[in-house]
Amino acid sequence: MSGVQLKSVRKTYPNGAEAIRGVDMDIKSGEMIVFVGPSGCGKSTLLRMVAGLESISSGDISIGDRVINDVSPSERDVAMVFQNYALYPHMSVRGNMSYGLKNRKMDKAEIDKRVNDAATMLKIDQFLDRQPNQLSGGQRQRVAMGRAIVRDPQVFLFDEPLSNLDAKLRVQMRIEIKRLQRRMNVTSIYVTHDQTEAMTLADRLAVINDGRVEQMGAPMDLYNDPKTLFVASFIGAPQINLIPVRFDGIALSNGNLSLPGFKDLPKDADLVLGVRPDVLVETPDGQFEMRVDLVEQHGGENLVYGALTGATNEEGEDLELCLKASKETLPELDGKLTLGFDPATAFVFRKDTGERLI
Amino acid sequence: MKRVQFEHSPIPYLFVAPQIIIIVIFFLWPAAQAVYQSFLLEDAFGLSSQFVWFRNYSDTIFSSAWLQAFGFTIIFSTLVTFLSLGIALLLAVKANEVIQGASTYKTLLMWAYAIAPPVAGLMGNLMFNPLIGDLYGFMNAVGFDFDHKLDPYDAGFVVILISVWKQVSVNFIFFLSGLQGIPKSVNEAAMMDCNSSTRRFWTITFPLLAPTTFFLMVINITYAFFETFGIIDTTTQGAPGGATTTLVFKVFQDGFRGADIGGSSAQSVVLMLLVLVLTVIQFRFIEKKVHY
Repeated sequence: MSGVQLKSVRKTYPNGAEAIRGVDMDIKSGEMIVFVGPSGCGKSTLLRMVAGLESISSGDISIGDRVINDVSPSERDVAMVFQNYALYPHMSVRGNMSYGLKNRKMDKAEIDKRVNDAATMLKIDQFLDRQPNQLSGGQRQRVAMGRAIVRDPQVFLFDEPLSNLDAKLRVQMRIEIKRLQRRMNVTSIYVTHDQTEAMTLADRLAVINDGRVEQMGAPMDLYNDPKTLFVASFIGAPQINLIPVRFDGIALSNGNLSLPGFKDLPKDADLVLGVRPDVLVETPDGQFEMRVDLVEQHGGENLVYGALTGATNEEGEDLELCLKASKETLPELDGKLTLGFDPATAFVFRKDTGERLI
Repeated sequence: MKRVQFEHSPIPYLFVAPQIIIIVIFFLWPAAQAVYQSFLLEDAFGLSSQFVWFRNYSDTIFSSAWLQAFGFTIIFSTLVTFLSLGIALLLAVKANEVIQGASTYKTLLMWAYAIAPPVAGLMGNLMFNPLIGDLYGFMNAVGFDFDHKLDPYDAGFVVILISVWKQVSVNFIFFLSGLQGIPKSVNEAAMMDCNSSTRRFWTITFPLLAPTTFFLMVINITYAFFETFGIIDTTTQGAPGGATTTLVFKVFQDGFRGADIGGSSAQSVVLMLLVLVLTVIQFRFIEKKVHY
C-alpha cells in the first residue's frame, strides 16, 4: 500500500488555458480522498493526471516513492472506474474483468481466482458470461468496479462513478463503495460534484475551485470551519444563507437590518455573513424577520424558504433565506417568522477575497 | 378469436408505388429479360432467334475465356477489397490521432470519393501512358521492365492500383466515423489495462469496428465486381489477351462488342447467381462473428 503525493502540479493546455494552477497534496496510504467542486473546476482533470490520461505540465505526482509523471497509464499501478462505466462492449463480464490481467501475462489460474473472488464480493458471479448490454446500470457499475478490483492496484480512481445511476441505487452503491474501500484498505481518489456523496464517502475532502484546492480536511471540519466563502457555500445542504453586510463598529448592517454581537471587523470592506439553515431558530426576540415563500416537507424535517425583510442584495432584490425546522413547524405562506441565531455559530467573510474573518 | 379489421386505404400503396415501379422497370424486367435471352441463340444480325435450352450456359462455363475472367475476377476482387480496406483503415486510425489540422487532412483524404470510376480510369490511363505517363516512366526508372500493354501482371497491377485508390476514400470515411463512434472512455479504460498500442488496436478497436468492416466488405466486393467496369473500360479494356477481363466486362464485351446476346445473358445470369451465393455466405457466416 502506498500514498499519493502531488507537488505543485499544474496543467496548462496548448491554447494557454490553465486547468490546474498548482496543487499540493499528500494522500496517505489507505485514505479515501474526495475531490469536490463545481463543474469545470478541474477536479476530473486532476484525477486524470493521476491516472495518466492527461499529461502533467509541471510539478510531480508520485505513488509511494515512485514519481509517475512519465509512466504510461497501464504501468502506474492504478485502476479507474469511469462515469459511464467504459466496459468493453464486445467482451463478456469475465472478459472485461480479466482483460487487464491477461495483458500483464498473469497466470491463468490466478486470473480465474481473482475474477471469481471479485465477482463473489460484488455479487455479480452469476453474470460472468453475460455481455455488458445484457446488464442493468447498477450491474454494469459493479462490473466496472470488479475490473478495477481484480487489478489489485495501489490506488483506486473514481470519476463520478455514480452519476449515471438512479437516486436509490446511488445511495446503495455509495454505501457499498465505502464498505469495499474500508475492507480493501486501498488508497482512493473519488471525484464528484455531489456534496452529499463527498461528505459521506471522504476521509478527507478537497474542495477544488478554479484549478486550486480551496481547502482540504475531514468533511465535518470543512463544514464547521470553512476557510473561505466558496467552501462554506459549497459544503452543506441546504446551502448556507449568505447575507451581504457592512460593519459599522457595533453591528453588521444591511438596510434596516442590524445584527449586533460582532467585533474586530474591518469597517471599510464589503462583508458576507454566513448562517447555516440549521443554526437559525424561530424565537420572539430574534434578530430578523422572514416572509415565508415556500415550505418543503422532507418528512423528518421541513425546509422553510423565504425573503429576509429589510435587507437587499446588490441588485436591490430580496435576500433569499432558508431555515431548517422540525416537521411540526408549518408556517403560513406569506406569514412572518422571527428568526435568531447565536453570533458564535455564524461566519463572516470578506466579499472581495472570500477569506473568512470570523 | 376475433380479428380486428381495419379500414383499408389505398394511400399507403400509392406511397410505395414509385419505388416499386422503379424496381420493376429497371431491375426485375431486365433481369427477367436476361434469363429469357440466355436460353436463346440469335443470329449475328438479330433477325431470328432459336430456343437452345442450356447451350449458352454450357458454352459459357466451359470456355477457357470465361474461366480466365472468373479467375481474374476472384483475384482482383479479393485484392481490391483487402487492399482498399487495409489502407483505408490505416489512414483512418492515423487521421483519428491527428489533432492539428485534422479537418484539412480528412478533407484531402476524402476527395477521391467524388471521382467517378471512368474518370479515375482516364486519369490512370494518362499516368500510365507509355509516352507521357509519369507513373509509367517512374516504374521503368526504378528498374521494373514495366509494360501494361504486354505484361498481364503489369496490367493487373494498373487496374488494381486505380480501383484501390478510388475506393480508399469511401472506406476511409466510414472507418473514421466508426472510430469516432468508439467511446473515448473505452479507449482510456483500454489504455489503463493494456500497455501495447498494437495489442489495444487488435483487441479493442478492431473488434468494435467489426460492424463497419463487415458493411464495407460487402460494399467493396460489390464495387470490385461491378463498378470497376468503368476503370477497366477506360484503361486496359481487358487486355492483354483477356488478362484483366472481369466477369462484368466480359458480359459487356460479348454482348455489345461480340453481339452474342444469348451468351452474354447466360453469363450475367451466372454472375447474378454468384453474387447471390456470395451475399448468402457473407450474411450467414461472417455476420455471426460481428458484434453490433
